[in-house]
Amino acid sequence: MDQPLLELRGVNKSFGVVHVLHDVDFAVYPGQVTALVGDNGAGKSTLVKIIAGIYGRDSGDYFFDGQQVDVHGPRDVAALGVEVVYQDLALCDNLDIVENMFLGREETSRFGLDEVTMETRARETLASLSVRTVKSVRQSVASLSGGQRQTVAIAKAVLWNSKVVLLDEPTAALGVAQTRQVLDLVRRLADRGLGVVLISHNMGDVLEVADRITALYLGRVAADVSSKDVTHSQIVELITAGRSGDLGIAENPATATV
Amino acid sequence: MTVDTQSTPAPTPAAGGFDNDNVQAATVGDSARDYLNRLRGGDMGSLPAILGLIFLFVVFASLNDRFLTTYNMANLVVQAGSIIVLAMGIVFVLLLGEIDLSAGVAGGASATIIALMLIDYDWTWWMATLAGVAVGALIGLAIGSLVSFLGIPSFVVTLAFFLALQAIPLKLIGSGGSLRFNDPVLRGLSIKNVPITAGWIAAVLIVAAFAALSLWRFRSLSAKGLVHQPLGLVIIRIAVLAVIVLGLTALLSANRAPNPALFNISGIPWVAPVVIALLLFWTFILTKTRFGRHLYAVGGNAEAARRAGINVQRVRIMAFVICSSMAAISGLLAASYTGKVSPGSGGGNELLYAVGAAVIGGTSLFGGRGRAIDAVVGGLVIATIPNGLGLLNQASYINFLVTGGVLLLAASVDAISRRRRSSAGV
Repeated sequence: MDQPLLELRGVNKSFGVVHVLHDVDFAVYPGQVTALVGDNGAGKSTLVKIIAGIYGRDSGDYFFDGQQVDVHGPRDVAALGVEVVYQDLALCDNLDIVENMFLGREETSRFGLDEVTMETRARETLASLSVRTVKSVRQSVASLSGGQRQTVAIAKAVLWNSKVVLLDEPTAALGVAQTRQVLDLVRRLADRGLGVVLISHNMGDVLEVADRITALYLGRVAADVSSKDVTHSQIVELITAGRSGDLGIAENPATATV
Repeated sequence: MTVDTQSTPAPTPAAGGFDNDNVQAATVGDSARDYLNRLRGGDMGSLPAILGLIFLFVVFASLNDRFLTTYNMANLVVQAGSIIVLAMGIVFVLLLGEIDLSAGVAGGASATIIALMLIDYDWTWWMATLAGVAVGALIGLAIGSLVSFLGIPSFVVTLAFFLALQAIPLKLIGSGGSLRFNDPVLRGLSIKNVPITAGWIAAVLIVAAFAALSLWRFRSLSAKGLVHQPLGLVIIRIAVLAVIVLGLTALLSANRAPNPALFNISGIPWVAPVVIALLLFWTFILTKTRFGRHLYAVGGNAEAARRAGINVQRVRIMAFVICSSMAAISGLLAASYTGKVSPGSGGGNELLYAVGAAVIGGTSLFGGRGRAIDAVVGGLVIATIPNGLGLLNQASYINFLVTGGVLLLAASVDAISRRRRSSAGV
């Protein structure tokens, strides 16, 4: 298998007395969709925030493209080419699509904001992702449907030639057709060679679009498997009990430690 | 970026990568329909203010025949000046969904400093003005830091400043006293006029620059196949601006003295160029700079702005600094109009007038929506009320009632249009 694009090894994280992540290893490969699954409180969000640089690590190493890197904040992570698309959609309703896509990284010329360049690049990106559902790139985000908003958020992440995109519950609030759009888009991102991380509660989505599945159980990695090798019920067992037949954690960590 | 691996050839961006991607509304008629749809969806902009202004003009003109005289119109411009400038500052904090209740008294305190520098230290007018604006900026820095770093609601912080700042003029001037404000330049802002030729040249230059910029923008956007307005609409906008600017210049260039045989009062009051310069400057900042874009972003969704790497605390502090600095200029204009600074300066109606002006002009109290021009349109509406009522010799309690009512009305329009916006999703 290729070298992972992004890899975390032996990550531990505690909030006060609560030990949230135990020696977590996590890897993202180029051109693959890696699904991160786990029940509420399993540590998915904490792990994503550590990858995003929002939380620091108590211990453990952060590798990018095989090199160990020092990550001290979201800016360091963004500089590596890692983008996170959050569940609660970090978009500003009062700005239009172009303005949102360039938020915080506006292009400027001698006369101030360079709207021509920004709109052109936004159009190119949306077209290259085969996004055909928005009416105009100058309509305000408030007027978009949930799926369109998710699409804009993903396109925003792709605009910056990012190498790894993390999607936190991208389909949680969407209808059937919109979920379809977003999953197609997720697949296209991976086909372009990006490393994609999909965090989802929906096993149907995960099995359909993911190449690899990493299951977390009470802050530990229960399994890191190819999605072809597991069934729907096995994943559910991994999520709820941390083990499924040969897969999973040997002893029940709920009784073993804490 | 790699080429799209889908089977369809990647569409050229200009040809529209999206179904139904409207690069432009085809005709002026379509634009009008778009505009009506936006109105119906609750995106009112300055329309309520313009309708209100027309309504007030019709009412006052029919009740008093002196209201529409050019003498009174020039008076109105001067009276509106300080309200407009204060409202322009308030727009910046309203954009973030914050409020600054202390802006009026910050203006009073700054004007006190300016007057003291002029009288006691013989500073030149521009040094004194800079000192006053610096005092305003300092006040804004203090407010902004308290709001940003300690997380105290701006309502409480600025209420405290509203009370505390009144101490400055009271201590420096003394109860019952007042400082004269008769520097020829600063007092001249209200009582002197721009030479007529210079006024015309400036007016023509403004119209020409606006026309050139609009047409250049139209050409560069349409040539690249980007979203733009139809040419007809661009031309209509230029024409409307030309009529307003040149029409006002013509009105104010005529001799407007009540007794034209004895006196000659003509030309644009100096306040107007000050207001226009501030309007152009802040419009540029809000629409053409990264800082302006970040202001809207923080006002729209502070969390999204933070995640986009915007320094939200810095933006918030800057908004309060701008607001209080503009309050200092507003205090200066108010002192210039009355010719004195007294301990009560800025502690009266000023602040509510300014908030009312900004909101009537179309700036939302909920953050994320507002323009510098809103302050100008709204400020004219608010200034018209005391002006017209004064001519009618109404008791001053009527003035309070009407202004309070107008503020409430504007806030209601804002709240209702916000509700409609969120349901219509415009």
